[in-house]
Amino acid sequence: MRRVCRIEERVVETPSTVTLRFDDPTVARPGQFVMIWVPGDDELPMSLSYTGPRKGVTVKRMGDTSGHLLGIAPGTPVGIRGPYGGAFDLSPRRVLVVGGGSGTAVLAPAAEAAHAGGSEVSFALGATTAPEILFSDRLRPLAKELRVSTDDGSRGHHGFVTEVASELLASDRFDAVWTCGPEVMMRKVAEAARPSGTPVFCSVERHMKCALGMCDACALGPYHVCTDGPVFRSEELLALPEFGRWHRDASGSRVGPGA
Amino acid sequence: MAVLTSRVGTLSFRNPFLLASGVWGESGESLLGAWRAGAGGAVTKSIGAEPRPGYPNPTIEEYGRWGLLNAMGLPNPGIRQYPREIAIAREAGVPLLGSIFGQDAREFSELAVAMARTGVLGLELNLSCPHAEGLGSEIGQDPALVGEITHAVKQAVKLPVWVKITPNTADPAEIALAAEAAGADAITAINTVRGLAIDPELGRPVLAHGTGGLSGPAIKPVGLACVWKIAEKVRIPIVGVGGIVSARDALEYLLAGASAVQIGTAVAFEGIGLFGRLPGELGLLLDRLGYPSVSDTVGRAHRPTVPAPPSPGRPNH
Repeated sequence: MRRVCRIEERVVETPSTVTLRFDDPTVARPGQFVMIWVPGDDELPMSLSYTGPRKGVTVKRMGDTSGHLLGIAPGTPVGIRGPYGGAFDLSPRRVLVVGGGSGTAVLAPAAEAAHAGGSEVSFALGATTAPEILFSDRLRPLAKELRVSTDDGSRGHHGFVTEVASELLASDRFDAVWTCGPEVMMRKVAEAARPSGTPVFCSVERHMKCALGMCDACALGPYHVCTDGPVFRSEELLALPEFGRWHRDASGSRVGPGA
Repeated sequence: MAVLTSRVGTLSFRNPFLLASGVWGESGESLLGAWRAGAGGAVTKSIGAEPRPGYPNPTIEEYGRWGLLNAMGLPNPGIRQYPREIAIAREAGVPLLGSIFGQDAREFSELAVAMARTGVLGLELNLSCPHAEGLGSEIGQDPALVGEITHAVKQAVKLPVWVKITPNTADPAEIALAAEAAGADAITAINTVRGLAIDPELGRPVLAHGTGGLSGPAIKPVGLACVWKIAEKVRIPIVGVGGIVSARDALEYLLAGASAVQIGTAVAFEGIGLFGRLPGELGLLLDRLGYPSVSDTVGRAHRPTVPAPPSPGRPNH
């Protein structure tokens, strides 16, 4: 059911991302998402970057509404529906977290919960440039190891985060990989984990409207991201010709290079 | 077990539970998914001439188990792109009805011709969307326009044509009669009931479009009354839709005069798996009440007889 919450805090995380915190006692698990509505503007699906009573979503500057969300002032009321969808399975004892850009937002609460449950968590975090690396201060205290990559070489490995993830997968043993970022990146992470047979769980984004598994806007192959996801096993995704190639827009039309 | 085959005019379905238009019908794999789950058939999303994004969010308000208010705004990929989605389901053998919407008789008949080429078994004319200006129920409240559009479509295609009518009018049966007189092969009743949600804390309507259409168990009595009144007036088959979440709900529609039923909102409550559950449950219910087949139930409440004796060994609730 929808309720109205006030934005309690607005935290600038990087030049392009802002976290909005609001108090909502609804129980949520890491990996789930909410529909957040800025009255007078759009309602958007956002994975929770904080899942406790003071929840949070971390918004990246993309499109008009996320721009509106970014600029929202503390005290502003927003409509919240959810949480919806499935969560990360927190039982693996050794986890590798691979975050691309703002994709790290949904992985952070999962990593914290796994760490609190006694699991070892290692991180490979990538971004275009050093100031865009999300949550490295938040996650470093939990990390068995935390490595960073940037496209421009301004911090850590100069190149793709998938290269860092491959090195970690080759040098260490993991029970699971959790990843979120561009679909091409997640595809490469899944390929890198294949030799060791490590299961890979990906958090996926699609255009969303009802969030109830009904309207079909977020159809992805035989799945609906809102109810079957947003966390999928990589095998489920790699079997779909559309993953990483095309998606549906608001009309349901296929868009993308492979459409 | 009772025979579950459902006949709507010349069309036959393995069971009377069809996926309603607007639900799961944007992608071909979703239509196929409904069939694989056990649906008797599926109606596509309503398709128009051009790709249409629909209204901005919020497009949905939830009311727990009694229903949903929506104003999606007829989002669809348009008739040029949609045939590839239909092909995915049709090649797997899914019995499909192609739903179309337009502004006038000419647009409807052009869409009907294009939709007929995709290999659907029949068409459903959406003359009843309650929240699209100049489309849907704004046309569907006028018996003359309903007749004109139905006639034009029937002239343009050979396929069976179902006309989906709105409850948001003084006399839905009059609209159904107009469709029948113009050659419709069946009436689908009902589309959603116009409604509004206001958030008192925010002091504004919830849905971006303002008003929307109410669906789910809250509207079952409205749908039943429409089917009942239409069955008294028309001779063509009726497809009942509105608030069905159980086999018992479906039987109520059959007894009121429906030959088949459509399910939408219940998919949000329970998932597509409900299509696997409902046929068996309806079979057991018909057995218990002494009906040998679905067709034996159609319209029976209009001519009640002595209740059938309970089957041996089963409690008579």
